[in-house]
Amino acid sequence: MPENGSILIVDDELSVRDSLYNWFIEDGYTVKTAENAKLALNLLETETFDIILADIKMPGMDGLEMHRRIKSLNKDAVVIIMTAFAAVDTAVQALKDGAYDYVTKPFDPDDLSHLIRNAMKQVALSRENSGLKEKIIHLENIDDIIGDSPQMSKVLQEVETVAQSDSTVIITGESGTGKELIARAIHSNSPRKFFPLISVHCGALTESLLESELFGHEKGAFTGAQYHRKGKFEMADGGTLFLDEIATVSSKMQIELLRVLETRQFVRVGGQKEISSDFRIIAATNKDLKSLVDAGSFREDLYYRLNVVNIKLPALRERPDDLPLLVDYFITKYCRSMNREKVKIEKLVLERLQDYDFPGNVRELENIIERAIVIGNGREIRMKDLPLPTDNSNYHSVESLEDLEKQHVKSILDKYAWNVSRSAKALGIDRVTLYNKMKKYSLSNPRG
Amino acid sequence: MQDITLIPLADFDHSLMTHLSRAVENELKTKVFVGRIHLETARYFDPDRRQYNADALLRQVYDSRNLFMDTKVIGLLDVDLFIPILTYIFGQAFLGGEAAIASAFRLRNERYGLPHNENLFRSRLVKEVLHELGHTFGLKHCINPECVMRSSTYVEDIDQKSATFCSACRRTLPR
Repeated sequence: MPENGSILIVDDELSVRDSLYNWFIEDGYTVKTAENAKLALNLLETETFDIILADIKMPGMDGLEMHRRIKSLNKDAVVIIMTAFAAVDTAVQALKDGAYDYVTKPFDPDDLSHLIRNAMKQVALSRENSGLKEKIIHLENIDDIIGDSPQMSKVLQEVETVAQSDSTVIITGESGTGKELIARAIHSNSPRKFFPLISVHCGALTESLLESELFGHEKGAFTGAQYHRKGKFEMADGGTLFLDEIATVSSKMQIELLRVLETRQFVRVGGQKEISSDFRIIAATNKDLKSLVDAGSFREDLYYRLNVVNIKLPALRERPDDLPLLVDYFITKYCRSMNREKVKIEKLVLERLQDYDFPGNVRELENIIERAIVIGNGREIRMKDLPLPTDNSNYHSVESLEDLEKQHVKSILDKYAWNVSRSAKALGIDRVTLYNKMKKYSLSNPRG
Repeated sequence: MQDITLIPLADFDHSLMTHLSRAVENELKTKVFVGRIHLETARYFDPDRRQYNADALLRQVYDSRNLFMDTKVIGLLDVDLFIPILTYIFGQAFLGGEAAIASAFRLRNERYGLPHNENLFRSRLVKEVLHELGHTFGLKHCINPECVMRSSTYVEDIDQKSATFCSACRRTLPR
C-alpha cells in the first residue's frame, strides 16, 4: 500500500467520516477529517493533503464551492467529490472545476481502493515531474544571447531562476546591452510562454499616446478613434508586459501604472468598464532608478513595486572575453542575411575592437560589424572598415616596450616600402642595428 | 502475545470453530478460546440496504470484551456487512484495538454463481479472520502479495494471498 500519502475527508456525517477514516488508516494513509467546509479550509491553510475527499452536500458551504476555494489556494490539489446521489450535472460541474473524480456513495470497496491508488499515483507522478523539471531546467530561446564570460553566466543563471516565478523584474544596464533580449528569454522560459510577450517602448511615446497604448480606448474616446482598441495591458493577458525605458514615464502615468500593477485592473480610455488582465511585468531602464527616486522624478512606491528582482546587465567593455564570440555571431548573421560568404576578421582588427570601450555596447558592435561587411572587400574585415575614432591601420595593442618597438619598426619599414637605408635613417639608427632588430622581431618584407 | 477469543454470533456455523481455532492458534502461536454471547443481529439490519451495519456490530462485540478477560475478541457472523460509505465489507477491526468482526457471507462460492467448495471457503474464512486479528495487533495493509495482511476487496483477492503473515508483518506482531 502507498506509504505517507495523506487524505483529508470532509463530510458532515460522522459515520461516513469514521468509516472512511478507518478504511484509509488500515491502508497506511495519514488521515484527517473535517465535518464542514469551513473547518476543512482552516485545516488546509496550515496543512497540505495529497487527496481531499469531499461530500458535495454539506450544510453551509457545499462541496463544489469548497472545491473552488481549495483550487484557488492550491491549483494542484487532488479533490474527489462524493455524493449520495448520481447527479450528472453536478458531476460535470465538479469535473469542469477541475475535480479529479466524482464518486457516488456507497462505493464498491474495490472501486474506492482503485480510485485512491490512482489518485495517489497521479500525485506522486506530478511531484516527480516537477522535481525532474527543476533538475533539468535549461534555458530555451537564448541563442541570440551571446557570451560565456562569468558576468553573462551570472545573468543567465538569474534568468533561469526568475523565469519560473511570477515576480516583477527590472532589468538595468547601459543602452545597447540587450535588456529586451533578456526580457524575451525570461518570458520564453516562464510558464507564461504560451501567451504573448507585449513590448512597450515608453520613451518613444508621448504621455497621451502611451496612455492609449497601455489602456486601449473606446470608440469615440478622442478624435479619430473610430473603433475600440485593446491596450497592451489587455493584450498581455496570460503573458508578459515588457516596459522598456520605464524611467521616461511621466509622473501622471507613473500613478496610473502603479494602480494597474497593484490591482491588475484598468479602464480603457473613454470607457467605464473595469477590465482585469493577468500579466507579468518586466521593466527595463538604462538609468539609475534609485537616484531618480532620490531626485524626486520617479515615484518611490512604483520603484519598489517594480524592483522585486533586479537583473543588472554588464556593459560590453566589462566582458571583453565575449567580444570574439559576439563578432563571430554578427559576422555570421549579416553575411547570411546579405547572402555572402562568411568573411574573416584580421587579428589586429579584433584586438582593436577589444580595446575599444563601446559606449553603445553590443548594439554599437553590431552596427560596426554590419557596416564593415557592407563596405568591406567581401573577404575580410580590415582596420579601415572600422569606423572607430582612432582608426589607424598601424594600431596594435601593446603593453611592453619591446612590443612598442617592434610595432614602430614595422610601421616605419612599411612606410618606406621596406627600404632599410631610408627606414634606418628615419629611425635614427644605423642599418646594422635595424637589421638586428628585424631579425630579433622576425620582421621581413611581405612582398619578398 | 495476547490470547484470542473467537465468538460465533447468531447463525454462524459452529462446526467451523475447531478448524478456525487451530488455524489461528498455529499462525499466531497464541491461545485461542471460543466464547459465546447472545446478540440479536436483527437489531443491526438496515432495511434500506438489506445489509447489516458493521460499525454497530463491531461496537457491540467490543462492549462484550470484558466477558473474555485480557483477550482480543473477534465476532464471527454469516450476514452481509456494510459500512455507510462502502457497498459491502468482509470484516473490520479497531486498528491496534481489542475487537474485530468477520463474516462468512461473501466468502462462499455460491454467492457468485459457482459450485460450493468447502476447502476454498474455509481457507478464505481463516485468511479473513487472521487479517482482521492482524489489524487488532496494529498491522496495516501490506504490499506483499503473499501476506495475509494484503488488502482484499474481492474474494478472488483473498484467494491470491496465503494464510500467513509475511516476515515484515510478523516482526511487527507482539511476541
